[in-house]
Amino acid sequence: MDKPFRRRDLLGIRDLTAAEIRGILDTAENFREINSREIKKVPTLRGKTVINLFFENSTRTRTSFELAAKRLSADAVNISVSSSSVSKGETLVDTALNLDAMDPDCIVVRHGSAGVPHQLAKVSRAAVVNAGDGANEHPTQALLDAMTIREHKGKIDGLKVAIVGDILHSRVARSNIHLLTKLGATVRVAGPGTLVPNDFGHLVESGLAMSTHIEDAIEGADVVMILRIQRERQDSAYFPTLREYSIHYGLTNDRLNLAKKDAIVLHPGPMNRGIEIASEVADSSRSLILDQVKYGVAVRMAVLYLSTGGSMGTT
Amino acid sequence: MKRAISRLSSEIVEANQGADNLYLIGIRRRGVPLAERIRDKIESLEGTRPAYGIIDITLYRDDLSTVGANPIVNRTELSEDIEGKCIVLVDDVLYTGRTIRAAMDQLMDFGRPKKVQLAVLIDRGREHRELPIQADFIGKVVPTKQTEIIKVMLKEFDDIEAVGIFERPSE
Repeated sequence: MDKPFRRRDLLGIRDLTAAEIRGILDTAENFREINSREIKKVPTLRGKTVINLFFENSTRTRTSFELAAKRLSADAVNISVSSSSVSKGETLVDTALNLDAMDPDCIVVRHGSAGVPHQLAKVSRAAVVNAGDGANEHPTQALLDAMTIREHKGKIDGLKVAIVGDILHSRVARSNIHLLTKLGATVRVAGPGTLVPNDFGHLVESGLAMSTHIEDAIEGADVVMILRIQRERQDSAYFPTLREYSIHYGLTNDRLNLAKKDAIVLHPGPMNRGIEIASEVADSSRSLILDQVKYGVAVRMAVLYLSTGGSMGTT
Repeated sequence: MKRAISRLSSEIVEANQGADNLYLIGIRRRGVPLAERIRDKIESLEGTRPAYGIIDITLYRDDLSTVGANPIVNRTELSEDIEGKCIVLVDDVLYTGRTIRAAMDQLMDFGRPKKVQLAVLIDRGREHRELPIQADFIGKVVPTKQTEIIKVMLKEFDDIEAVGIFERPSE
């Protein structure tokens, strides 16, 4: 077997090799079975502590990490920014050092600024897992997307994947572009010109097909990944109105018909029905949005296991 | 090895008065093909094919923080309910007993079997035991020193069928 995942921190997909990614996915595959047991708990991480440090709101990701920790018998502590001492003026590094002094085994961090998990990893003895940093990366989301694709397509190599929407601000897009191209898929992105930056083509060595027409990306695709339009950014003028966005970039059945017959639809959630995705698509059997959420727990169990399990001391 | 498996199979059937309520569970990795062979043998003896499953003990190990590198996690496959069944755990070698402890703990998380028995191809001897665990069915007792490694080789994994005793490579 070639080198599986052996590092402590999971900061992004960009640093990982294809073999490491496959190693995490294979491990996650085997964790899935636990989630279908009557007693959904194994004693593997008994006595370990996982801190979920969330500087941004999140329901899905935080719950998913919390369940993953608990199903491995680790103790999970959730800290959200509103109740943290950051609002009392503490610096990030001081927060990290204070948490570290309580000897956690793993810190799962989400922050609005890119690079925060990397900074934390430098000062903390605990393993650090990136749960989303600014517009940089969201590695566990890309991993659960990959797991969903593998489950339904049997492979990733050779697939055509369309990523549509706000590419510019999307950490989900970045992590997915890295992961999918490393595993041999062809990625095509589409969105309004203001949200599909030109220099994105250089993100991956093999280059990236970019378009301002959703049809270009979807045509002949095996997987259509729709990104959330971040309404909270609507005060900046990236596009005129939500209605206009929906008319030009919303995924409808008609547009989806341009993809392969057996194409699947993914969305990282939370979705805006009727804006980036029509209800007729979201509720169809081709949409695997809830599978993504389901596999998310298994992926996070695998990541927690691999970063805190038996590999203490090896980087 | 073939004769040892035949004998194990007959003993299992005799002790459980038939194959009706039997549930063979192979412990990954080498217990799995052994359990399959015992299952085939029991079917040819009794005409009934016992239920069968696979257990992976990685997540129940007691040495996760000391083994260094992450052991690979494989899947546990117990598709049939173990409730009320006569379970026979099957493994290749019984040594310290810790693997069996892990397998039993995991089994209990799946339900309450009527009883749990243990069948092993090789028992390295009671003096090595670190837990109060003994086998009910033993292919062969092979007394060994702690400095030795015993390896059961099966065609599924090793291309040959043999049991070998090796000197543990010194650190």
